[in-house]
Amino acid sequence: MSLLETPPPAAMPAKPGNGNARLVRILLPVIVLAAGVAAWDLVVRINNIPPYVLPGPGAVFSTLVADWPILPQSLLTTLWTTLEGFIAAAFGGIALALLFNQSKWLEHSLLPYAIILQVTPVIAIAPLLLIYLPQQTAVIVCAWIVAFFPVLSNTTLGLNSVDRNLAGLFQLYGASRAQTLRYLKLPAALPYILGGLRIAGGLSLIGAVVAEIAAGSAGAGSGLAYRIAESSYRLNIPRMFAALLLLSAAGIVIYMLLALASHLLLRRWHESALGKEN
Amino acid sequence: MLSGIDASPGAGVAVSLRGVSKTYDSGVVALGPIDLDVRKSEFVSLLGPSGCGKSTALRLIAGLSAPTSGAVRVSDSGAGRSIGFVFQEPTLMPWTSVRENVRLPLKLAHVPHSEADARVGEALAQVGLAEFADAYPRELSGGMKMRVSLARALVTDPDILLMDEPFAALDEITRVRLNNDLLALWRKLHKTVVFVTHSVFESVYLSQRVIVMTPRPGRLAAEFRIAAAEPRSEEFRTSVEYAAHCREVSIALARASGEKLAS
Repeated sequence: MSLLETPPPAAMPAKPGNGNARLVRILLPVIVLAAGVAAWDLVVRINNIPPYVLPGPGAVFSTLVADWPILPQSLLTTLWTTLEGFIAAAFGGIALALLFNQSKWLEHSLLPYAIILQVTPVIAIAPLLLIYLPQQTAVIVCAWIVAFFPVLSNTTLGLNSVDRNLAGLFQLYGASRAQTLRYLKLPAALPYILGGLRIAGGLSLIGAVVAEIAAGSAGAGSGLAYRIAESSYRLNIPRMFAALLLLSAAGIVIYMLLALASHLLLRRWHESALGKEN
Repeated sequence: MLSGIDASPGAGVAVSLRGVSKTYDSGVVALGPIDLDVRKSEFVSLLGPSGCGKSTALRLIAGLSAPTSGAVRVSDSGAGRSIGFVFQEPTLMPWTSVRENVRLPLKLAHVPHSEADARVGEALAQVGLAEFADAYPRELSGGMKMRVSLARALVTDPDILLMDEPFAALDEITRVRLNNDLLALWRKLHKTVVFVTHSVFESVYLSQRVIVMTPRPGRLAAEFRIAAAEPRSEEFRTSVEYAAHCREVSIALARASGEKLAS
């Protein structure tokens, strides 16, 4: 007879409202973070781990405060490099994709080398670049090498995804190459370009960090990655953690800014930026 | 690209095809050879099963592809061939408003902004969408998108309107309404219309002349004049005369498609 019993209404899960769902989405990661930090702190305390092996979250935080005169300066240096690499990657990737789109010859002759540049690990190229180029330039070139390929390949994909009938329409009305590019190909490729830029943002930070680490003790750099390398030699582990924390935060902010830009540009028409109820 | 396309097909004729055929690179013969004349201000339907080369014929007339053999002639109104094209899908640019979509042909032709504004407004009014100028295509229904597409084809005031199964994807009610609106526009504007469809009922209702085509390769199989009294309306759609025309055309279409008709 118990099989026939229906569960009492109270047992039914209440359907969360839209606001609740949003709160949960923000709250859950925060709870996970708090739990993680608490566990970290507990492990360090219970096992009496010395700070030069694993500093507790409190030690990292106080280092962050104590090193405040040095770290933001380093952060700024790294961010500046990242920005320059990102801008070079954005312009380089889009310009190269446009060139490839206009001339198949150029695409066939250059694309293999773009791919080679992409698949060769940047950590292996960085020491070479540091020999031939001034350090600051080498670091930017590294950021560019890592970041330009997703922009190039996404833009190419976008330019080739133009609706065939719309292309026919432009042909019918005698549109020039420049008009077709400006009014048809670039707007059609915009969502793809923005997707590529979103990947490139994070990658240019990685490229900058890799090059700074490769430059390491040889360089006179003062970026965050250089601080990490330097702290590692001095066994200043809390400072390593503090610098790492700042790098992660920078990466998250870069991603969020690019996602916001993408949303603002596409919100009126592209599926990716539309709410579910539409 | 435009080889085989010459101007001025002769007085009173808007479109003339002589011995035109199209073979694709794959070796598939899509069309012809066919001969076809469309008089000025005439409403002609090309009717046939899918894959019979109707759309190919339309693309050849538009100059979007070149014939493998034969000559396509399209009347020239002084300022080059003036053709409006309506595709099977609305083919709108999703990233911009209805107004900018309709303005596109004028923008490409470098028409001054103020003049373009007036003509865009007029074209949108003609299809009954004046209030939706600032909407984005995704905010419109299928029928409204098709109207925008029609407004864009009309905005250059072309002599010839080419329509490639424009209402095929719409529901019956919207389709009937658009058919009536298209007929009203045609009576008012006196455009030459070449209308591709696979619907017997639509072709008979709209056209002065229905041309039935055979599949693979597309050739002209039969031709019917629909000499019904103008203006046509719902009364015509439900008349015995209309039913008789539809039956006649249906039999010809079945024969052209190589099928046996029951009864």
